[in-house]
Amino acid sequence: MPINYYIFLSLALFAIGIVGVLIRRNAIIVFMCIEIMLNAANLLLVAFSKMHHLQQAATQASAGTDGQIFVFFIMVVAAAEVSVGLAIIVMMFRNVHSIDINFLNRLKH
Amino acid sequence: MQNVLQIVWLVPFFPLIGFLIVGLFRKQLSKTLTAIIGCGMVLLPFLLSIWIFILVKNGGGYVADYFNFISAGSLKVSFALQVDALSALFLLIVTGVSFIIHVYSTTYMKEETKEHYGRFFSYMNLFVFSMILLVMGANFIIMFIGWEGVGLCSYLLIGYWFKNKEYNKAADKAFIFNRIGDLGFLIALFWIISKAGSVSFEDVFSKTSVFSSSDITIITLLLFVGATGKSAQIPLYTWLPDAMAGPTPVSALIHAATMVTAGVYMIARSNALYSLAPVTENIIAIVGLATAILAATIALKQNDIKKVLAYSTVSQLGYMFLALGVGAYSTGVFHVMTHAFFKALLFLAAGSVIHAMGGEQDIRKMGGLKGKMKITYLTFLFGCIAISGIPPFSGFFSKDAILLAAFEHNKILYAIALFGALLTAFYMFRLLFLAFNGSFRGTEEQQHHLHESPAGMTIPLIILAILAFAGGFVGIPEILMKGGDKLTEFLSPVIPVHSVELVSHSTEMMLMVISTVLVLLVIVFAWYRFRKYHSVEEKGIGKFLENKWYVDELYEKVIANPVNRFAAFLNKFIEKSLIDGIVNGVGRLVNYGSRQVRLLQSGQVGNYVLLMVLSMLLIFVIQFFLRK
Repeated sequence: MPINYYIFLSLALFAIGIVGVLIRRNAIIVFMCIEIMLNAANLLLVAFSKMHHLQQAATQASAGTDGQIFVFFIMVVAAAEVSVGLAIIVMMFRNVHSIDINFLNRLKH
Repeated sequence: MQNVLQIVWLVPFFPLIGFLIVGLFRKQLSKTLTAIIGCGMVLLPFLLSIWIFILVKNGGGYVADYFNFISAGSLKVSFALQVDALSALFLLIVTGVSFIIHVYSTTYMKEETKEHYGRFFSYMNLFVFSMILLVMGANFIIMFIGWEGVGLCSYLLIGYWFKNKEYNKAADKAFIFNRIGDLGFLIALFWIISKAGSVSFEDVFSKTSVFSSSDITIITLLLFVGATGKSAQIPLYTWLPDAMAGPTPVSALIHAATMVTAGVYMIARSNALYSLAPVTENIIAIVGLATAILAATIALKQNDIKKVLAYSTVSQLGYMFLALGVGAYSTGVFHVMTHAFFKALLFLAAGSVIHAMGGEQDIRKMGGLKGKMKITYLTFLFGCIAISGIPPFSGFFSKDAILLAAFEHNKILYAIALFGALLTAFYMFRLLFLAFNGSFRGTEEQQHHLHESPAGMTIPLIILAILAFAGGFVGIPEILMKGGDKLTEFLSPVIPVHSVELVSHSTEMMLMVISTVLVLLVIVFAWYRFRKYHSVEEKGIGKFLENKWYVDELYEKVIANPVNRFAAFLNKFIEKSLIDGIVNGVGRLVNYGSRQVRLLQSGQVGNYVLLMVLSMLLIFVIQFFLRK
């Protein structure tokens, strides 16, 4: 499959993520959109990594693998982020009985 | 001898210690103790001065170099004190007369509170210290320290009664006028450094060849500007009469022993430079003579006993400068000495009168004090005779020497100077007759209060009267006594003697007789005029003189007013509008800007994310265009 397909897919995912973050008020949905953006980036990394590997496999056995390793790091970070983020959302719900992110402006006062 | 003189630092050290002790512990020390320390710390240097004087008389001078004071590049200024004929003589005058004035002050100021009494004596000691430093400094920098010191002390002492606004103004005036003069001194100093690379008297005066003739003229003129400030010559003389605001002993100290003689000392010290600058010498002679006449005419019509004496000081200083200007440096110094005696005497006697009159200084309200205050009267009479120049009193010898020097130089100078001497006799005896003769014109209460001053004040008067009488015998002219002019001989290591006789003995004799006879006639005329007091409204020239030639008003109009108006302009436009505008504007801008920027922080998470996305897009776009 040509690399373009991966690029367009991840672009679409990323755009969906951004628009979701911008227009939705539900904290969990916003959160999921962020995850979508992260995974769009991951997809791209894996795709390019595979592409480089195919091109240079003859000369270098490990070519392009660092992109895939990077993806693992992102996943780990994302997992940590999810736990913190969900905890925040839980705490928020306990306090204001809502997970509408616009209620977070109370921090300002 | 060299080793012995290494301890001359003790001379300025004692008054400095006195200043510190009395000044710092003025609340603890009793008045008696203050008086003892204050006087003692002037007596000790006086005794040392006598010792130094004897050593110097027996041979040579000495420069005691203590430590490196300033060292910048090739310029090295050491803290060095110099002892030679000139400074030894001045030390004697300064410490001797100051000591007598200190003793007098212990009685005169005894009604002050303990604290102010201490303050007074600490200032007085600091004054003596500065003056000693001035005359002992072995280079221009040390001299300048003393020079500034006496300026400061005069300010402190003139404004001693600091609660009175007028007195504070007088103190400010003295300080500002001195500063104007000091600027001249300072520029001359820089000029000397840039040309000679050294400030020590030894170097500068022995290497006069490094200066071009225009350099010398400018340096000497600038130094003279300094001298006009300190020694109250035209145009900077008006501070001295106003300096009467201080207590009377302070006036005596400023006018007789310290401060005003500084200019004369400085020029006499720099005679090696001045004798190479004939243009400056002529200017000094003319300014000195003009000051002498101007001040004498003003003194004719003053009614404040201290004001008359103040203008007479200005006038006598004019004579000293005349002597310096015609090249008779030792004569100028001689007049400094005799003047120190009789002017200190006159001021202290005036203080005694003021004391008896309960603070009254107007001679129109005095009269007939002769009977009540015999000692004061007699000593004041001695002072008057001495200042008028009647033989064999001290003033005669010094004034006559000046007149003779003027005669040798230029007959017109002589004629004018003689006229001034007659004016001197006239106003002094007017003062004497108005204050002491006739009948009492004050209030009943004052008449009841009249009394002779206590011994603490009369004894200094008597000592000074003796000095005023006998002080001239060190400078008897050759024609009256062979080898009588000991002073010139003593000063000859510092001030070279020109032994050329320009005037024949018979002429010299004739000049003496003429001046003496004329002075006597003037005194008789003054007696005739003022033995009875008539109150007359001054008009015409009299009013002009009474108002001091309107010089103060002139300065006020020509200098002070424009400066004040310019300052007001700066205050109004530059300060208020421009500088305040900038300062406040910056504040207002930050305030306004932050109020606008604050709106960004809305607390809406959506806004933040939108802004983040937009700015990321912006960065990408910029990146895209900058890539190539």
